Amino acid sequence: MEIDPFIFRLSIFVLAIFVGYYVVWSVTPALHTPLMSVTNAISSVIIVGALLAVAVDLLAAGEGGWIAKIFGVIAVALASVNIFGGFLVTQRMLAMYKKKEKK
Amino acid sequence: MTADLAALLYLVSGVLFILALRGLSNPESSRRGNNLGMIGMAIAVGTTLAVAAPPDALTWGLIALGVAVGGTVGAITARRIAMTAMPQLVAAFHSLVGLAAVFVAAAALYAPQAFGIGEVGNIHMQSLIEMSLGVAIGAITFSGSIIAFAKLNGNMSGAPIILPARHILNIAIFGAIIALIVMLVMSHGADTWTFWAITVLAIVLGVTLIVPIGGADMPVVVSMLNSYSGWAAAGIGFTLENSALIITGALVGSSGAILSYIMCKGMNRSFISVILGGFGGEVAHAAGKTETRPVKLGSAEDAAFIMKNASSVIVVPGYGMAVAQAQHALHEMANKLKKEGVKISYAIHPVAGRMPGHMNVLLAEANVPYDEVFELDDINSQFPTADVAYVIGANDVTNPSAKTDPKSPIYGMPILDVEKAKTVLFIKRGMGSGYAGVENELFFRDNTMMLFGDAKKMTEEIVKALG
Repeated sequence: MEIDPFIFRLSIFVLAIFVGYYVVWSVTPALHTPLMSVTNAISSVIIVGALLAVAVDLLAAGEGGWIAKIFGVIAVALASVNIFGGFLVTQRMLAMYKKKEKK
Repeated sequence: MTADLAALLYLVSGVLFILALRGLSNPESSRRGNNLGMIGMAIAVGTTLAVAAPPDALTWGLIALGVAVGGTVGAITARRIAMTAMPQLVAAFHSLVGLAAVFVAAAALYAPQAFGIGEVGNIHMQSLIEMSLGVAIGAITFSGSIIAFAKLNGNMSGAPIILPARHILNIAIFGAIIALIVMLVMSHGADTWTFWAITVLAIVLGVTLIVPIGGADMPVVVSMLNSYSGWAAAGIGFTLENSALIITGALVGSSGAILSYIMCKGMNRSFISVILGGFGGEVAHAAGKTETRPVKLGSAEDAAFIMKNASSVIVVPGYGMAVAQAQHALHEMANKLKKEGVKISYAIHPVAGRMPGHMNVLLAEANVPYDEVFELDDINSQFPTADVAYVIGANDVTNPSAKTDPKSPIYGMPILDVEKAKTVLFIKRGMGSGYAGVENELFFRDNTMMLFGDAKKMTEEIVKALG
């Protein structure tokens, strides 16, 4: 009997929730703001879907093709704001955290 | 590139994202973690471009245009944004993730074959369910985050706006969204109007859900929307059968959920009561009772004298420090005191500020070393041996009635035991109460000296008085 690939994806999803649970609890509270900005940046991996939409083959897609392409471009731009903004602002914040200077 | 290789590469980027979060367990490893996250993102984008190669120059151009426009806006914002504005920035970023999810889902509806989920008017049922959940959560995240942004940025009053019959209204909208999802699925995606109706209703729901929540409860809201943006991404990830997206969605979803939990615990309120809203108006006042008890007033010179002769000072910052931008003056004061041989530490309450970790970022910006900054549980035992507690812009998180008065609205909330310090220096603009509308018992204690004035100006005056 064959297993529906959906079940595999669901397994990944459930296990990733647990990974997230343990990883996030180990984040130091001092870095909770960078945590939010970096999760923001990585959730923009949704750009993957946007790229697929832009790359739609217009001949095969028919009239819906152009609509998908345009929505895709908008989504690429939105996700790019987050990817660049999110990672860079996190980098900027993390660079500020310094230890006591040894004298 | 084969589909198997692509799937493996997506897995690699998912793992890199996990490592990015793992790095945040301490500030030293965090910078490397952030770089790993960037590599993960590059791998995910590169893989997608290889596996679904853009067919023509026009498509490449459109992608380059999108990335260039979005990337420039993002990079400039990241460079220029003030650290005090971080809560609003994060809220704005959440709304973009939500909106991107809506657009991706819409594209999948109009060109399903590009995503391998069927044809127009005959989309796989399961994909439609995943897609509609993604779009509904995405749209709620979008509009909810805009409201949160407006409240945090001051474009909108932080006071809760109570709509009539809002619970019934919300349940009705929620029910309508479910019904529309069923209709969309039954039509196999042919009825595109149901998709847009879901989007519109979810946008409305995002507004009606967040509008009644007060400004001071925003740490919970921002964390919750963080979580939602993750679940929306995961929904789309299932539609696209993409493991990088599913893993990331799950990570971000649980991250936001944990942060909301920590914030709620910091206020001793249930998640439900925060979400139902109506609490946390910044100008709420206890009705009818004006306080006439005397308080001890002090000047900057008095404060400087007391601190100069102390052996240890604990600084308790709050939202007021962020508003007054007093962190740099504060660090200057700390340096002066250190030269006098005073030991300085900082005590951070979990809900100080408007988002998780808000105070830590501001202190880091002002070059305060992070090993001088402590969390509530780690420092509370040190107040009895401290000479001075310097409360700057915090209020309710120091109110002893949270421990003693069962009738107080903040009863049970974990607080910083500042009243146990030998002297409490309390900077405040006026005699108003905190956001919870509760009088702070602390003001009338014998060991409390009130310093009335702007947090930044008062601290600067103390610096001057320290000479």
